[in-house]
Amino acid sequence: MIPFPAEQLANFHRLAPEIILCVFGIVIMVADPFVQAAHKRALGWLALTGTLAALASVRIMANDPGTAYSNLIRADAFSVFVHAIVIGAAVLAILGSFQYLDDENIQRGEYYALVLFATAGMGILAGANELVTAFIGLEMSSISTYVLAGFRRRALKSNEASLKYFVLGSFATAFFLYGIAMVYGATGTTRIDLISTALTKMVAEHGQVASLAILGLALMFVGLGFKVVVAPFQVYAPDVYEGAPTPVTALLASGPKAATFALMLRIFYVSFGSAGNFWFWAVWISAVLTMLVGNFAAIVQTNVKRMLAYSSIAHAGYILVAFAAGTDIGIAAVLFYLAAYALMKIGAFLVIAHLGQQGEKRLEITDYAGLGTKQPVLAVCFSLFLLSLLGLPATGGFLGKLFAFQAALDSKIVWLVVIAAINSVVGSYYYLRVIVAMYFWEPSKDYVPTKVAPSLTFALAIAAAGTLYLGMFPARVLEVAKIAADSLYLR
Amino acid sequence: MPSHLLTVITFLPLLGVPALLFLRSNDHAWIRRIALTISVVEFVLSLGLLLKFDAVNAQYQYEEYYDWIGRANIHYHLGVDGISLFLVLLTTFLTPLAILCSWQAIRENVKGFFIALLVIETAMIGVFVSLDLLLFFFFWELTLIPMYFLIGIWGHDRRIYAALKFILYTMFGSILMLVAILWLYNLAGTFDVPDIQAKLQTGLVLLPSHTELLLFGAFFLAFAIKVPLFPLHTWLPDAHTEAPTAGSVILAGVMLKLGTYGMLRFCLPLFPDAAHRMAPYIGVLAIIGIVYGAMVATVQHDLKRLVAYTSVSHLGFVVLGIFAFSTISIQGAIFQMLSHGISTGALFLGVGMLYDRRHTHEIKEFGGLVNPMPVLMSFFLFIALSSLALPPLNGFIGEFLILIGTFQSHHAWAAWAASGAVLSAIYLLWAYQRVALGDVTVEKNRSLPDASGRERLILVTMAIAIVFMGVASPLFTRRMEVSTNNLLHQMDRVQSVSRPATPEPGGKQTAIAPKPHENESLATISLRHVQP
Repeated sequence: MIPFPAEQLANFHRLAPEIILCVFGIVIMVADPFVQAAHKRALGWLALTGTLAALASVRIMANDPGTAYSNLIRADAFSVFVHAIVIGAAVLAILGSFQYLDDENIQRGEYYALVLFATAGMGILAGANELVTAFIGLEMSSISTYVLAGFRRRALKSNEASLKYFVLGSFATAFFLYGIAMVYGATGTTRIDLISTALTKMVAEHGQVASLAILGLALMFVGLGFKVVVAPFQVYAPDVYEGAPTPVTALLASGPKAATFALMLRIFYVSFGSAGNFWFWAVWISAVLTMLVGNFAAIVQTNVKRMLAYSSIAHAGYILVAFAAGTDIGIAAVLFYLAAYALMKIGAFLVIAHLGQQGEKRLEITDYAGLGTKQPVLAVCFSLFLLSLLGLPATGGFLGKLFAFQAALDSKIVWLVVIAAINSVVGSYYYLRVIVAMYFWEPSKDYVPTKVAPSLTFALAIAAAGTLYLGMFPARVLEVAKIAADSLYLR
Repeated sequence: MPSHLLTVITFLPLLGVPALLFLRSNDHAWIRRIALTISVVEFVLSLGLLLKFDAVNAQYQYEEYYDWIGRANIHYHLGVDGISLFLVLLTTFLTPLAILCSWQAIRENVKGFFIALLVIETAMIGVFVSLDLLLFFFFWELTLIPMYFLIGIWGHDRRIYAALKFILYTMFGSILMLVAILWLYNLAGTFDVPDIQAKLQTGLVLLPSHTELLLFGAFFLAFAIKVPLFPLHTWLPDAHTEAPTAGSVILAGVMLKLGTYGMLRFCLPLFPDAAHRMAPYIGVLAIIGIVYGAMVATVQHDLKRLVAYTSVSHLGFVVLGIFAFSTISIQGAIFQMLSHGISTGALFLGVGMLYDRRHTHEIKEFGGLVNPMPVLMSFFLFIALSSLALPPLNGFIGEFLILIGTFQSHHAWAAWAASGAVLSAIYLLWAYQRVALGDVTVEKNRSLPDASGRERLILVTMAIAIVFMGVASPLFTRRMEVSTNNLLHQMDRVQSVSRPATPEPGGKQTAIAPKPHENESLATISLRHVQP
């Protein structure tokens, strides 16, 4: 019998969330055939228990930071913060899925299992200290979400989304992998912290960074930029977000984005921190393009789901503004933004998931006419999320933007901030238009409101309370984000 | 023991929101009563500010200072001085009247309407009392959303267009101001207004002149849109005309002053150099606004639109007074802010009463109204006279002080601006003539009821305020004077620190330099002359 290495045992808790998520995922897969069709929802509750247990284990992980498994995984405050976001996103998405899957008649066990596997993949992305490990995490989350995007099998749009996501996503991950190979060729290592040392040495010896490493970084930017949906790699996103089942869209828009941004922070800041002058302009240009494409395309949408898809592109642009700062204030700003963004975006998509009704047929802006009088509480909730996305004070979205701008200004990146600011005014137009429809238009006669399921109510309440909490009392979360930012560089 | 009066005043209206939420939404009577009670209590409480207000103290009073977001250095810092004190009172005075005037006019979604009004009140007071730039920005943006709903839900025919235009215009300005606020923070290391002022005055923080100009520009743009200054005014006629009466009263009465208040509180003391450099251009824009607003008002055939354009004209006076940089003109500007709030608020209330009866604002639909409703029309004339600055009513004091103060430094400016005063007599009296005098031209108007008890209460309150402000103006100016002088001193000192002694070439600078020391005595003298 092969002896089980003691080190591996001692490190379990540093990978605990992923282990728990995968175990629950496997249990659900195994149990699925034995559960009657009418009781499939029980598997959902099992998945919810799994995510909650994983969330609890993040707490354990936080108590003992360090590296695990030959330095492949880093369980630092940074990883903890991102874990909390992605697992929290999964909790909300699962809560929002129960009723939706029933309505669509696709209540199945593998749905929940895939959500858990995807979340585990995102967790690995957040904690990866080595590029190939990160690649595994990326594939885990990607492949699960490819399937999830096509989960409404009978809907043409859903099939299109899945296929498009799969084909283009495979390209993107291939780019990422190719980038890893080149960086390995240039530096002789795939460990994020060792790359940094190698590059510093390279600069000391040759006075510059090898172009192979820069090329590798560029390819990785393509691959990761695809996942976080920044221009010019954003083309797939609106179709995929629109076609995917809405609770899946909620997850797609928040979890993978947070996890991949976390990996980008590690690679760009830690590994290539010394090559900041190489990537700064790439990020700058990409940020500007992302904001412009996202906002101006969103203006002309009449489908609210598609509009929110473009809005999430625009928000990736605002995050890049903080990303461009290149300082630990910038990291904290990115983290805070990701947390606020996840809450408001999931909230908004879950509201849409409910209002779309069976077959997702009520997604046009005209379908929202008079919602303010028909379903006042839901309308207030949706307005809150929209206003937060818009960046109105007292909401998390405002402070996210504020800290992002502040971080960029602190690094003297003035014009990018001005462009971002003007963009956010452009953005306010299309968010407000939905509010106009909900409150100022006459209600449409044929609309019969359906009851909001308790689980969805609960999810929306958490998202709304979180959005307000981050907007009014951000001190604690900001503090944790700063600690997380500092932990990124710790050896 | 620190006083929490400002916190109470700021957030009391917000307390009304849960109270209203608990009522059934068709229980209109109690919703109205509770909203009115809260706003009246609020007014009484705000009068309490006068009790311990020290008129000879140039510092902020009733200060409150707590940590809010520690890591980001954002504080909860409130305080009032002679500039903001009366603006708070103006807000608390107009809100109950706005609630009263909506008593019958608003019949749908009554609960939402009064909630919006109360939230606006909190937001506006918050803007006036905040001494932390970010706190200020919070309240500044908070004013937008309820007003957006007020216009969009309870407004007239083109309400959606007007609401969107209003909010997009304002947001465009304020987002650039946010960038400027953050930039200022990066330079000064704090959001605290008095702190930043102190750092600028002592030279701890030096603003390079082009930076100062950009920062000034960003702040000024936000405020100029709100005021609105001449080329940026196009949102105003739409928003004012389409808003429900209460919305117009709040909008014209208080919200426009957020802009001029911002200029006084931030643009002048923080960026004095840039303010001086830009003053000639701003002055010209203000004068164009005065004359242009008056001329456009003259040719309006919609009564409410006419009143809306008078705001462009009157607020031009205020901006002119601010950028003439003398104690008298600035005092006049603050006074004009108050009296414009009262008179234009009253004009909108009157127009709203006509609208309640006839559901139109078209002037040609009226005519000879003095016959069926003598009381309402007499008050209307009285208000119009106050708005066109007839002595000894309130409008006169403000305009007169602005003109004297401006005349000291800029003869031509004062001359041009004075023509606006003449024009205002033309458009208001002509409009009054067409609406009220002569024979009844439209048969329907013959049977219109005169002012009801509730309306008389509103009109009498307004009339008392108009006379009181006109006759007892020293009560106001005395409390403004020290703060105004302090403001000018600050500008003076900051200027001498941030700019070396070498005068600018061309001698332009000297022509418009403030002379606060001479002005102090002049102010008191002229005020005595002004009083009847």
